[in-house]
Amino acid sequence: MQAKWLDIGPVTQIEPGMAATLPVIGGEEIAVFHTMRGEFYALVNKCPHKQGPLSQGIVHGDSVTCPLHNWRISLRSGEALGDDEGCVPTIPVKVDAGRIYLLREAVVPPTPAQRKAA
Amino acid sequence: MNAPTSFDKASALREKLVVIGNGMAGCRAVEEILARDPERFDITIFGAEPRVNYNRIMLSPVLAGEKTFDEIVLNTAEWYAENGIELVGGDPVDHIDRERQTVVSRSGRAEPYDKLLIATGSDPFIIPVAGRDLPGVVTFRDLDDVDKMLAAAGQGGNAVVIGGGLLGLEAAHGLSLRGMKVTVIHLMPTLMERQLDEAAGWLLKTELERRGQTILTGADTQEIIEKDGHVAGVRLKDGQEIPADIVVMAVGIRPSTMLAKTAGLDCERGVMVDDHMVTSDANVLAVGECVQHRGLCYGLVAPLWEMCRSLADHLTGTPSGYQGSVTSTKLKVSGIDVFSAGDFSGGDGAEDIVMRDAARGVYKRVVLKDDKIVGAVLYGDTADGNWYFDLLKKAEDISEIRDGLIFGQAFALGGGANADPNAAVAALSDDAEICGCNGVSKGKVVDTIRAGACSLDAVRSQCKASASCGSCTGLVESLLALTLGDEVQAGAKTLCKCTSFTHDDARRLIVEKELRAMPQVMQELHWTTPDGCASCRPALNYYLLCAWPGEYEDDQKSRFVNERLHANIQKDGTYSVVPRMWGGLTNPRELRAIADVVEKYDAPMVKVTGGQRLDIFGIKKEDLPAVWADLNAAGMVSGHAYGKSLRTVKTCVGSEWCRFGTQDSTGLGVKIEQMTWGSWMPHKFKIAVSGCPRNCAEATIKDFGVVCVDSGYELHIGGNGGIKVRATDLLCKVGTEEEVMEHCAAFIQLYREDAHYLERTAPWLERKGLEWIKAQMFDDPDTVRRLAARFRQSQKFMQNDPWAKRASGDRSDLHQHLATIRPALTEYA
Repeated sequence: MQAKWLDIGPVTQIEPGMAATLPVIGGEEIAVFHTMRGEFYALVNKCPHKQGPLSQGIVHGDSVTCPLHNWRISLRSGEALGDDEGCVPTIPVKVDAGRIYLLREAVVPPTPAQRKAA
Repeated sequence: MNAPTSFDKASALREKLVVIGNGMAGCRAVEEILARDPERFDITIFGAEPRVNYNRIMLSPVLAGEKTFDEIVLNTAEWYAENGIELVGGDPVDHIDRERQTVVSRSGRAEPYDKLLIATGSDPFIIPVAGRDLPGVVTFRDLDDVDKMLAAAGQGGNAVVIGGGLLGLEAAHGLSLRGMKVTVIHLMPTLMERQLDEAAGWLLKTELERRGQTILTGADTQEIIEKDGHVAGVRLKDGQEIPADIVVMAVGIRPSTMLAKTAGLDCERGVMVDDHMVTSDANVLAVGECVQHRGLCYGLVAPLWEMCRSLADHLTGTPSGYQGSVTSTKLKVSGIDVFSAGDFSGGDGAEDIVMRDAARGVYKRVVLKDDKIVGAVLYGDTADGNWYFDLLKKAEDISEIRDGLIFGQAFALGGGANADPNAAVAALSDDAEICGCNGVSKGKVVDTIRAGACSLDAVRSQCKASASCGSCTGLVESLLALTLGDEVQAGAKTLCKCTSFTHDDARRLIVEKELRAMPQVMQELHWTTPDGCASCRPALNYYLLCAWPGEYEDDQKSRFVNERLHANIQKDGTYSVVPRMWGGLTNPRELRAIADVVEKYDAPMVKVTGGQRLDIFGIKKEDLPAVWADLNAAGMVSGHAYGKSLRTVKTCVGSEWCRFGTQDSTGLGVKIEQMTWGSWMPHKFKIAVSGCPRNCAEATIKDFGVVCVDSGYELHIGGNGGIKVRATDLLCKVGTEEEVMEHCAAFIQLYREDAHYLERTAPWLERKGLEWIKAQMFDDPDTVRRLAARFRQSQKFMQNDPWAKRASGDRSDLHQHLATIRPALTEYA
């Protein structure tokens, strides 16, 4: 059986205020954020507006400003903030003993069999 | 077999309780049980330390010399005796035999139990570096550790504390008071990052440095250095070595679960317990730092008291159930008041109320959600910490007192009138001082407003109130509201929503108050958010860079992606790259290098830009460093086409080839570009040099344009070919190339020092007026020279090719993926 959580490495690999990316073969690219307050979040790396790479935006508080058109996205809910509307999928993250984990089922795309069943 | 070892008549009737752990949790649990039913249990406590129960959290004051051991003892030997408790000290329990319901100590002593309580606490975490076992490397956990530290401090010398959390800072404080030269090494960028936000962490660091400690944040320990069989220092991953006669490891604790695990009890991070502190074995309970309750482990004392109450309720037959704890912390370093409680990390629907009083070194932040307090961070003035914590725990609706909440309990609850900050200001007498910096009284401010100053800016310029440090801005705004009612005009446009200061004020104060770091600016200028936003951070980063060239450390996380990655982000998330071609000139070698890059990295398009350079499109983020390495190899450097910086110097062919050319415009363009490239500016900056008035290089729509004429050079400023086309204004005419260069440098520096971030020269010129700019440059015969000198000084630090640095591996993390997730093939079978 596979572990429920996917270990993606130590917390020190992402500086506070920065983000890093993880391409998933057959799926979306994931952006993992480390806020200045030391929290970790993961979103699909696509702004709901024009698919800008959120991982490259400026992180402030618990939101990120998309580098393409300055949409502000909540890292917690993936929702566009302010007057904009839209939402990007979030991926559950946990930090344990200095390592970052992503919820496997939210990361790995469903198998053809699973897709058929769904 | 379950025979009691003692055949004492009374105790034979009692149940036998064995406690493993003579610390704060174990003894407190016993106290709670005794308070409910002193007759119920026959009690034996095993302790690893050969001493009575003491208050472990007071070890810091013992180390600091503020308390003696006797003063921190919680229960004396008499207490054990009076309550018939047998204390087995200095003989730790070796294993638990659950089948026989017996514990066995290291010395071989077997003790049967009816109920067993595990209160083993936690173990200090030792980072697995070379040299961790050397003599002189200690943890900070018990009195023996304190004794070792005191012995080392007696010899004086250097101490290194690894870990800038609560415990590490308390150890550092103690050693410092004992006369050692202390360096704190902290992995994260701010101290106590789990309890404090960046602003409070910065204040703390500043204060500790003022007290003589060296604080190294973002510092990763590589190894502990040995000399003559003893610790001699610490080497960091960046190569830095810090000498040390003692090294204290205080990087954290983890629940001590070894005994429970070997006994087969369910453990995750801690020993798993239910709401009654019962483990997976009904006869075994656990309490304190060693347990995990509803997924959480606690390292603070308050939850422990609550757990002990529930445990005692359960054991004495009236179960209450522990619900988990909300925690608060205080730093026990004399003279530094730090308080933190709850969740101050914000979140959806969370609102921050931030108060910064720079003069007093006070920072307060209360986080609200649905009109309830969910978190608080206080620095410098923690008097109201308990009040906020109480409101938080009770989840009280604070909407009624919200206006005055941040000013504390006395103010917020001081009656209906006082709950309105305007009312408090209204109650001030006319001679009450409003602005301490400029000595302006309330009467004076009100008179100024009545005389026609209807905005904050007008008040500032007319009576100087709030025109210096700005900490009285709120008071002045209240007076505006009180005096004018609804007639208050919106103030000048602020830098962003995080501050009431304008760009001009922020710039001026950074220089006047010598603010040299972003958290310092945010604290001193009363930012209302903890770490700014995407508007103010890049602006402040630029202002600091401009004010303190060569000194201020550029903040990558406050830069827009183009500048962070030294390439232009395009709509599909790929990047485009423009190498510099000085004055628009190129040669076969450069053209070949560009052609090779285009092929090698499959760039779908190359285009000649409006600034006479070649733009290579469609490069992937991870390929950027390799692309630059190839271009660098051909002698090309970054064109800064992505930067708020000098872009290009456009030229025509000039006198060398053109039949109309009056001067060598190409050569001059190259010289100007070589002087100005790399300079960070408020916005992008474009230059052109035309060789004759036919103006083929279109110099009259550039930020700085040179038009060569027979008699010399016309210098033009403030042109823009962008959204709003603006032709330049003539600044002056000069006779030599040297003068052109000098005036160009001076003009750029004036723009760099005065314009708002993201304000190009055209709107800047229109805002300030051509006459103002001319006056700045020419009223004093020496100004051009001085401005140009400042420009050249800052260029010493700026003319580094960012591509070369990055291509050589600097910050390669910005370009690479963390990893690639490849679903196992079987999942597709």
